Amino acid sequence: MKPEETVIEVENLTKKFGDFTAVNEISFKTYKGEIFGFLGANGAGKTTAMKMLIGISKPTSGEASVTGLDVFSQPDQIKKNIGYMSQKFSMYDDLTIKENITFFGGIYGLDRKTIKNKIKQIIESLGLEEVANKLVGALPLGWKQKLAFSVALLHDPKIVFLDEPTGGVDPITRRQFWELIYKQASQGTTIFVTTHYMDEAEYCDRVSIMVEGKIEALDTPKNLKTEYKVDSMDGVFLKLARNIE
Amino acid sequence: MKRFIGFVKKEFYHIFRDKRSMFILFGMPIAQILLFGFAITNEINNVELGILDKSKDHETLKIINKINASEYFTIENVVENENEIEAVFKKGEVKAFLVFEEGFAENLHALHKGKIQVITDATEPNTANTIVNYVQSIIQHYQQELNSTSDMGVQIDIQTRMFFNTELKSVFNFLPGVMTVILMLVSAMMTSISITREKELGTMEILLVSPLKPVQVVVGKVFPYIFLSIINALVILILGVTVFGMPIEGSLILLAFETVLFIITALSLGILISTIAETQQAAMMISLMGLMLPVILLSEFIFPISSMPDLLQYISHFIPAKWFIIILKGIMLKGVGLIYLWKETVILIVMAVFLIALSIKKYKIRLE
Repeated sequence: MKPEETVIEVENLTKKFGDFTAVNEISFKTYKGEIFGFLGANGAGKTTAMKMLIGISKPTSGEASVTGLDVFSQPDQIKKNIGYMSQKFSMYDDLTIKENITFFGGIYGLDRKTIKNKIKQIIESLGLEEVANKLVGALPLGWKQKLAFSVALLHDPKIVFLDEPTGGVDPITRRQFWELIYKQASQGTTIFVTTHYMDEAEYCDRVSIMVEGKIEALDTPKNLKTEYKVDSMDGVFLKLARNIE
Repeated sequence: MKRFIGFVKKEFYHIFRDKRSMFILFGMPIAQILLFGFAITNEINNVELGILDKSKDHETLKIINKINASEYFTIENVVENENEIEAVFKKGEVKAFLVFEEGFAENLHALHKGKIQVITDATEPNTANTIVNYVQSIIQHYQQELNSTSDMGVQIDIQTRMFFNTELKSVFNFLPGVMTVILMLVSAMMTSISITREKELGTMEILLVSPLKPVQVVVGKVFPYIFLSIINALVILILGVTVFGMPIEGSLILLAFETVLFIITALSLGILISTIAETQQAAMMISLMGLMLPVILLSEFIFPISSMPDLLQYISHFIPAKWFIIILKGIMLKGVGLIYLWKETVILIVMAVFLIALSIKKYKIRLE
């Protein structure tokens, strides 16, 4: 990965809820076309950190910019330039595939012609021709997730945030999902992904591991494994967690 | 604007594809208004009467025919002797007896006075009450007819053999209450449920991360319900007027304005509930317990507020429904205009503005 164009730049970013410091002075950068894994146990602060980056939570202190826009002063601009897919499957079950795409295209301000092209493109690339007019609720979870990913990319954002996108899916579907992620990254989209699955961490270009509000490790999976002298990311994670305790 | 239309369109898809929503929106109001309405009107529809006519002259015959011809009564039993009355009552064949005195027509012409006794079955005091009132009005009408054709100045005395209170609630007093409750229920409950549904499904998060402003999301979600609630109000009014003969004495424009005002108040309550409730079920419970009960109990819908303890009377001032019922009754029954209703209207406006401001503020806090 050539570190060229910076997409996210974070310096000493902190978020406090009263006395509790959820995110404690974290700093990192992500680059164009990079798959950046954002790891951490539940409660480690990764969701809070991500919420600050996607403009729905105001940081307490520090600095951060996403696609060159400041998270303090330009959260509304940031929202237009990012894609987001949450851990809960996030499309409308009672709308058809076409209606869902039309709706989300509409709220991102795409014009009718663009939406039409996008519908065609998504349905073709995911092979959904036969179910295009079916309600999304009737689709298997794996298809829904691929669809949600495509919808998150509707407005061609420079970066897409995936919040535990593969929760509750079987390994085969997960692998297919990761193929989509790779394809998108190779086209220059930055992928910012949080995950519980350590095998998925191996697929990332670089990973950061958060423990109790701080980033304790940040490197490529290969370097991390060498540094901690283990043969899997699982090992790295366990060692880190124990050191803290 | 285009975004907004897209949003509203999607909202209508949700509503029209959800059988439950459709039922609450349209099935329930119709069922309720018919149920409440007929629960009252049944009591004065084709009630069975018994007759004991000791006189059997042309006047009593005319009165009996008149009563029989009205839609309120059918004559079910005619007895010849006072002793038989109790037996007929016991069998439950009739709800009331009319007893004409001996020589009714003679007395009427000679003394200008006739006597009719109404004996009612007191086991159903409400029904009994209503019957007496209706018999009275029919006979009074007859008396007026007699007096207008001759100068006799007759007076027909009606004696009742039952203790009754004169304050009788009629369907006209009841319908504005039903309309208020239904509008409150549909507007507040449906909006709070539809907003919490997005929270539950996780789509709210997506909407908040999108370039849509929170206010746009809320307005987009609420707008269809303003529209549907107005249709609902129309349906209720049309049913009230056509099925129950409810009058609308006052200005239709004022009625429309006040209704929209109340709908907006109810919708903002719905938004407020959705900022507190995390799940659809919680939203429904809060709507039912927090809105429906006070609306039914403290709005003068069923129970007179003036006879309540001071504390409850005080609380009732904060129930929007109470003011709306006063407005509805004023416009529909009394035919009064804004000159008489400005105080209630101002109170509703203040409530609506306050609730909207509060729910927007609470909504923002939730996003931090």
